[in-house]
Amino acid sequence: MKKPPLFEEHVATIEALPERPESPAAPRRMTLNMGPQHPSTHGVLRIVLELEGETIVKAEPDIGFLHTGIEKECEQKNWQQAVTLTDRVDYLANLSNNLCYALAVEKLLQLEIPPRAQWMRVMMTEFSRLNSHLVWLGTHALDIGAMTVFFYCFREREDILRILEMFSGQRMMTSYIRIGGLALEPPRGWQQAVGKFIRAFPSKVDEYEELLDSNPIWKRRTQGVGFISLEDMLDLGVTGPMVRAAGVPMDLRKNEPYSSYDKFDFNIATRTENDVYARYRVRLQEMRESAKIIAQALEGMPEGPYQADAPHVVLPDREKMKTQMEALIYHFKIVTEGFRVPAGEVFQCIESPRGEIGYYVVSDGTSKPYRVHMRTPSFGNLQGLPNMLEGILIADSIAALGSMDFVLGDTDR
Amino acid sequence: MNHPAILETTEAFGETTLIAEPSQIVDLCRYLKDSEKFIRLSAVTAVDWHPALMKDGARFEVVYHLHSIERNRRLRLKCRLSGNDPEIESVTSVWRGANWYEREVYDMFGIRFRNHPNLVRILMPVDWEGYPLRKDYPVHGYKYGYGNE
Repeated sequence: MKKPPLFEEHVATIEALPERPESPAAPRRMTLNMGPQHPSTHGVLRIVLELEGETIVKAEPDIGFLHTGIEKECEQKNWQQAVTLTDRVDYLANLSNNLCYALAVEKLLQLEIPPRAQWMRVMMTEFSRLNSHLVWLGTHALDIGAMTVFFYCFREREDILRILEMFSGQRMMTSYIRIGGLALEPPRGWQQAVGKFIRAFPSKVDEYEELLDSNPIWKRRTQGVGFISLEDMLDLGVTGPMVRAAGVPMDLRKNEPYSSYDKFDFNIATRTENDVYARYRVRLQEMRESAKIIAQALEGMPEGPYQADAPHVVLPDREKMKTQMEALIYHFKIVTEGFRVPAGEVFQCIESPRGEIGYYVVSDGTSKPYRVHMRTPSFGNLQGLPNMLEGILIADSIAALGSMDFVLGDTDR
Repeated sequence: MNHPAILETTEAFGETTLIAEPSQIVDLCRYLKDSEKFIRLSAVTAVDWHPALMKDGARFEVVYHLHSIERNRRLRLKCRLSGNDPEIESVTSVWRGANWYEREVYDMFGIRFRNHPNLVRILMPVDWEGYPLRKDYPVHGYKYGYGNE
């Protein structure tokens, strides 16, 4: 075919141009700042990404934007007051944090907690696990582009918050689990409220599963994305559903049972694919198991007191306080000075929705904690983030980030 | 457990605590990880005993919480450091996860970790002065005082 003259002219001009310098062997790197105000990080996480084209070659998380000095603050409060600070660590798993702190201090005090309080604690922490997983599922799906699930999840979450409010008078910062037992006696009619929720809930989980699993976009965006090797995870301190999605049945509820978890029948959800989809399946299964635990707690809730028999720790009954001299003295001592905890140190670990929470509590024998260190799951998990992000596409980073389920308050404390 | 760096072993509340010689910490940690199967480092933290100090005059305790999944056991390892210019070898060569925890201890207590890959502040701003979790650090910080109001 004969080329039009115009074209030949064009080629000639190009050939006449001076030679361009050779392009560098490696494509140009770009640094992209993600956060600290980014909708998909669900908090104030800043990640400095180095990109080659659309591939992340280096990711560096920058944390600390939400540091509120909770550990320092704990040293200023008395033992019981510090419970309210543990709520604020992780706004989605506040009851797990309450429980962990209470268990640690009770170990130091060598208190025996009555079975009713133990079972109630199990039930409440499972509610907070459901709450946390529901928020995770809703927002994670929203990040990836499935909007409907968000509304469904928050509908059920609202029911849970209503139940928490019914028990403690607060929706989120409940401080329901106190040193020595529970803050309040379970309200009248709690069985009906919990029963109504727990009968309906399993079918709701099926609903989310159907909504997401029948969606090919969801599967494409989650399957095979966000791999991080098991060795890296264990070495870097990643815990919780992340590790269970890689096939390790590490769940402290089973491995180191606390608060009579050994009396409940439930399974550890594990998968082996170790990707975003597997983590979603693990959390979905955990919601079903939590519902099972709550149903068992409702069924076999023991009768008895909801606080330990320890007058030097637990505030006396209002009625007793007005009629008995000792009760009045104890009330005065606890309110004005707080109780003293014998000197010593403990490290108590429990399984939060995100992984291993550990409270290292040191007492010097006074009425204030000498040192409280919180080993929070989000802090450990975020350390594995660079390993997960490096080498994947920037569009996948949102899905990978979300699958980690971190809470920045939990990270920065 | 038998290692020359272990100075003392105590049991309390069903938890084992080892007190170790700070100069041999990396060697001990490697032994605990390889021979005693403590493959996880759960956390690293510190305690400040100012102004009372400990019996031997040490001010800081660096605390390592180890976890063995295989043996389902936990172990606490403590090293005592003096108050002026506290320094200890970093264990990041044994568990990479020690990285952020040691940075946090440095940030909050001012304990330096030798051979740490990136020893900068992690929670506080990089230009922050003082170490907030030390006992002689006021709760409201140095910048904002309420003393004169």
